[in-house]
Amino acid sequence: MTLKGNLRDFSFTQLLNLINLANKSGALYVERPGVTTRTIFQNGKLAYFESSDEKLSFLKSLTDHQLITASQHRLLRERLSGMNDHEAGIYLVNAGYTTLDGVLSILEKEYADKFRHLFSWPDGLFRFETGELPPDDRIVVHLNLENLIVEGAREMKEFEELKAEIPSLDMALKFTERPGTDIRNVNLNSTEWRVISYVNPKNTIQQIAATTSLDEIEIRRVVYTLLQAGLVEIIRPDGLPVALSSESLPVKNPKEHKSLIKRLINRIRSI
Amino acid sequence: MQTQTVKIVVTGPFNAGKTEFIRSVSEIDVVSTERKISTAPEKVKETTTVAMDFGRITVDNDLVLFLFGTPGQKRFDFMWEILSEGMLGFIVMVDSSRPETFREARSILETFHAYAPTPYLVAANKQDLYDAWDVEDIRLALRLDPNVKILSCEARKKDSVKQVLLELLYSILEEMDRNESKQEEI
Ligand SMILES: Nc1nc2c(ncn2[C@@H]2O[C@H](COP(=O)(O)OP(=O)(O)OP(=O)(O)O)[C@@H](O)[C@H]2O)c(=O)[nH]1
Ligand SMILES: [Mg+2]
Repeated sequence: MTLKGNLRDFSFTQLLNLINLANKSGALYVERPGVTTRTIFQNGKLAYFESSDEKLSFLKSLTDHQLITASQHRLLRERLSGMNDHEAGIYLVNAGYTTLDGVLSILEKEYADKFRHLFSWPDGLFRFETGELPPDDRIVVHLNLENLIVEGAREMKEFEELKAEIPSLDMALKFTERPGTDIRNVNLNSTEWRVISYVNPKNTIQQIAATTSLDEIEIRRVVYTLLQAGLVEIIRPDGLPVALSSESLPVKNPKEHKSLIKRLINRIRSI
Repeated sequence: MQTQTVKIVVTGPFNAGKTEFIRSVSEIDVVSTERKISTAPEKVKETTTVAMDFGRITVDNDLVLFLFGTPGQKRFDFMWEILSEGMLGFIVMVDSSRPETFREARSILETFHAYAPTPYLVAANKQDLYDAWDVEDIRLALRLDPNVKILSCEARKKDSVKQVLLELLYSILEEMDRNESKQEEI
């Protein structure tokens, strides 16, 4: 029987446990609207990961992890253009930029980081294609699933907590009007700054996430930090129909409204 | 003339004392409603229950106040429209002896306030319990604005509940006065 279903009914953790225990080899496809991911397992270990929404660039990974500098990156980009990851890897090792272990450990980290996002997907269709192999121009790794499962479970717990703090991404953010907080004096990282630059009652959190290419858990993490720091507050986005307008009250005119409240007060006093 | 109805919503984490609060002043037995929500056809077995407490205070022939108690925030979306229509303000109840629920209370408060820019206050309930936190400590834990009222409450006591409702109504009046004077400035 093929392994196929929805993460809603069969959790990602369960799925990985199964792949791990059965030492499965093949491709796990997980998709939701707009994104398809493919993870290749070999004998129950993670060998390769790719996602339709973000192409992993081998050179960029090396730069991100400071194995090569930005100027080396620019130089190498030309030299390596046309090479596949295998060839590029061999070139870099031979040219003394890095070691084979260096390349592998960076790829492991990249695959694991991207793959871990799947833990926060509340639903998504999955299917397992037994026997499917990784693309042969890509470098494969051998990542133990146990660690990924433990870290993923931790991340899932964090996600649940963040969801309780920030229940809806359809809300917008605005800066708190608190004299004395000068945002320039606050120590923020680059992702937080990027989000800050879109804080505006017109932008929903969801839109900010899309613009800054952060996923659900990342944007919630940033918003949570900004809330904790007292820099922003959550508000209804501009333009969203106000659920509570004066129309929803039976009396429109303020005088009548006031007398209505006074009648209520008198009544409650007499209970 | 048709009877006018207005609402005050009582919200807060699980077990905070919302039902008790409404029961103490309602002239009818508190009615709880349940609603089944069917999901995808393959999941017919799964039902979600939305329970909403419902109390009433009749002012006179023309005016009735309804008190609505919400369940936890997770199921709150379904009821938003029912709740918001004619809502004068809301009360967030917390169980003062259960600090582990304060975080959820704050999150409920923020959600509600974001949706409904109406006056609200916090009722620090179960103040009779020996391990209840002090009202001012709860204010800090919930990170309330200094101008938001937080009142000590015992939901089983009618007088205590009356006081909370009155304070909310006073806040509503004050808010109206502020709006009026703003209008005059313009
Ligand atoms: N000691 C004490 N107990 C209270 C007080 N208010 C409510 N309780 C008790 O706390 C428990 C929960 O009260 P409920 O009114 O059912 O709470 P609720 O918020 O409606 O709970 P859910 O609807 O399940 O979320 C009950 O056993 C009440 O009798 C209070 O002021 N003091
Ligand atoms: Mg209840």
